[in-house]
Amino acid sequence: MKAIVNIYLKEGVLDPQGKAVHHALSTMGFGDVSSVRMGKQVILELKTSDEKAAKVEVEKMCETLLANTVIENYTFELVK
Amino acid sequence: MSIAVLFFPGTNCEQDTKYAVEKLGYKAEVVWHKESILPKDTEAVIVPGGFSYGDYLRSGAIAKFSPIMQEVVRFANGGGRVLGICNGFQILLESGLLPGAMKRNENLHFISKFANLKVISNENSFLSLTKNGDLLNMPVAHADGNYNIDPESLKKMYDNGQVILKYASDNGEELNLNGSVDCIAGVCNSTKTVFGLMPHPERACENSLGGEDGNKLLKGFLSSI
Repeated sequence: MKAIVNIYLKEGVLDPQGKAVHHALSTMGFGDVSSVRMGKQVILELKTSDEKAAKVEVEKMCETLLANTVIENYTFELVK
Repeated sequence: MSIAVLFFPGTNCEQDTKYAVEKLGYKAEVVWHKESILPKDTEAVIVPGGFSYGDYLRSGAIAKFSPIMQEVVRFANGGGRVLGICNGFQILLESGLLPGAMKRNENLHFISKFANLKVISNENSFLSLTKNGDLLNMPVAHADGNYNIDPESLKKMYDNGQVILKYASDNGEELNLNGSVDCIAGVCNSTKTVFGLMPHPERACENSLGGEDGNKLLKGFLSSI
């Protein structure tokens, strides 16, 4: 099983990289973009096939290492 | 009595820090990250600057799980004095010993230059040799120094004198160097035993380096032990 973890800065926390990319897109003429948020994606290969156990484990990994919950939010999905 | 200076893979300021501490007449010992106990006579810990674990994932995020950091957290929770400089500050934030978190600098640049720091609260050992409003000049060298914290926690920090240093212009006005909330350059914990700052006091420890303002801070920190 795979876990696909997405990590983003929380809403309201200014994202300097997103802002720079937004600026670049605007300069290139992509005027339709109203905001850009940058994030990270972490793909974990898990040994277990027990979805419930995997969810608990991945949640723990996110809380302790993968995300800094002071400024970041995370979401993840499990893919068989 | 000895000052433990931590050394992770990617740390690059441990010898400078040891030099600055020894210059002030204290014994310093570099301690490898795989050690699970601090040297017996450790009176204070300094987490120096660099790029521990290549800054992978987030600056300081991986170092917090090294054996020595588990011990430093125990040491700090028992009232031990800890100072984090630059990457060391980031590690202390990730470890939860200091409040807040670091983001990439607002302009996305690695900022490496001398900066002015304004003393905001000197009611702690670290800044005990300075006065509120004093300007100190020392180098900064970081890409992730954009300090962030929620408004409610920030207010508590102000009320408790935990916002200790801010970036400033030559005439002492707050200066937005890297995007930090309220131009914050350094903070301490609620009991004023753990300190962190992005600028490098050890790189301003003698005039041949461009100044010795850093000595005031290191001396203050060391005098409390």
